[in-house]
Amino acid sequence: MIRHHPEDELIVDFATGALGEGPALVVATHAAMCGSCRARVALVEAVGGLMLEDLEGEPVSAGLLDETLAMLDEGEDAATVAAPVAATDDREQVPEPLLRYIGRGLSHLVWRRVPGFPAIEEARLPIAAGVKAVLMRLKSGAVVPEHSHRGNEYSVVLAGGFCDGATSYGRGDFLARDPSHTHRPAADNDGDCLCLIVLDAPLRLTGALGMIVNPFLRI
Amino acid sequence: MELRADSFSGAASGFKPLMAARTLAWISTQRNCPVTNEELCGLVESIAARRDRDAFAQLFRHFAPRLKGFGMRRGTDAASSEELAQETMLTVWRKADTFDPRRATVSTWIFTIVRNKRIDLFRREGHPDAELSEATEAAYEGRAADDELTLAEWGSVLRQALTELPEDQVTVLKKAFFEDKSHSVIAEELGLPLGTVKSRIRLALARLRNALPEDCQ
Repeated sequence: MIRHHPEDELIVDFATGALGEGPALVVATHAAMCGSCRARVALVEAVGGLMLEDLEGEPVSAGLLDETLAMLDEGEDAATVAAPVAATDDREQVPEPLLRYIGRGLSHLVWRRVPGFPAIEEARLPIAAGVKAVLMRLKSGAVVPEHSHRGNEYSVVLAGGFCDGATSYGRGDFLARDPSHTHRPAADNDGDCLCLIVLDAPLRLTGALGMIVNPFLRI
Repeated sequence: MELRADSFSGAASGFKPLMAARTLAWISTQRNCPVTNEELCGLVESIAARRDRDAFAQLFRHFAPRLKGFGMRRGTDAASSEELAQETMLTVWRKADTFDPRRATVSTWIFTIVRNKRIDLFRREGHPDAELSEATEAAYEGRAADDELTLAEWGSVLRQALTELPEDQVTVLKKAFFEDKSHSVIAEELGLPLGTVKSRIRLALARLRNALPEDCQ
């Protein structure tokens, strides 16, 4: 049962295309697991359809239709072809929008221990510049030290669960945190927890010490 | 009131000062009569089934000027907006077989294509889509594809609800759709606190949702 969803304004930013690729990936991954949020996105898209329908058109160049008709039989140009989704046996954990970011599968990603925290490992995903997207795996019962982020943090739980203060999160739950939040998530004891986490702003650290003290700040 | 009626009714703009807002709202629900969603669906299905170039030309005449206008409303120049319209229509041709009339109207489907195309062309990054293949969808939590979203049938109800939204909510929605701005940028531009913009969005969506029958909210 999914209990934590994106707010309306984030759904609108997603459905209008204003949301950057990183946060959009988290919203899409959540929506893939959440029928009610798919319906919320569809409602905003339907409003977009009505706005397009009612828009006063701009006359197009006289030759544009013929030119377009002549292009119909050309192959798709490379830029419009969606990246192929590699065969993977991770479909149970990884919803479709995320699949094409994990290449050949979870086990083929480069998993890196977070220095100083053997129970936590992360794999960085390829995404737009200026954004950090990782899959983070917390061993059963692992505790992430208290930390905050500059910029916004968006997460969705893919497997297992964790608690942050009095609130618990399970598969499909969505979280958005702004820089005012400080948190200390702790994985549930009944199995590993896998999350997708996106930080939408690059971090500016003032010194090497910051990196050592707080590895979760690195981007 | 004039502004509000104008938001969704370009055709009636010449008569605006003479007509009551109610009448304008009624006209805006009627003005698509010449081309219904059913007719547009028929055109897309002909493209999917028979690679019907005449159907494509009709669909192009209907949508290309709107798509160009959509680009220009967002501040894109005329030449790039034509490219956006053309690229969108080429995708309509290539992906016609993926259109599912139970899920969305043709206008909504084309809106999602132009949205993604605009990101491809001008922002050069991906837009992870909330849409799922039906096969995958069945594996996840949520309603089965059959009883999901009959939104497509409720286009005119939604249109009516849209014309009845207060102007301050419409202003925010229009900026979001036409100018491709996130709610925080909209707040800055309107000189409003972020919380005010958020609450206008929430109120607007709540009203639209309430206008629909419960099973497609």
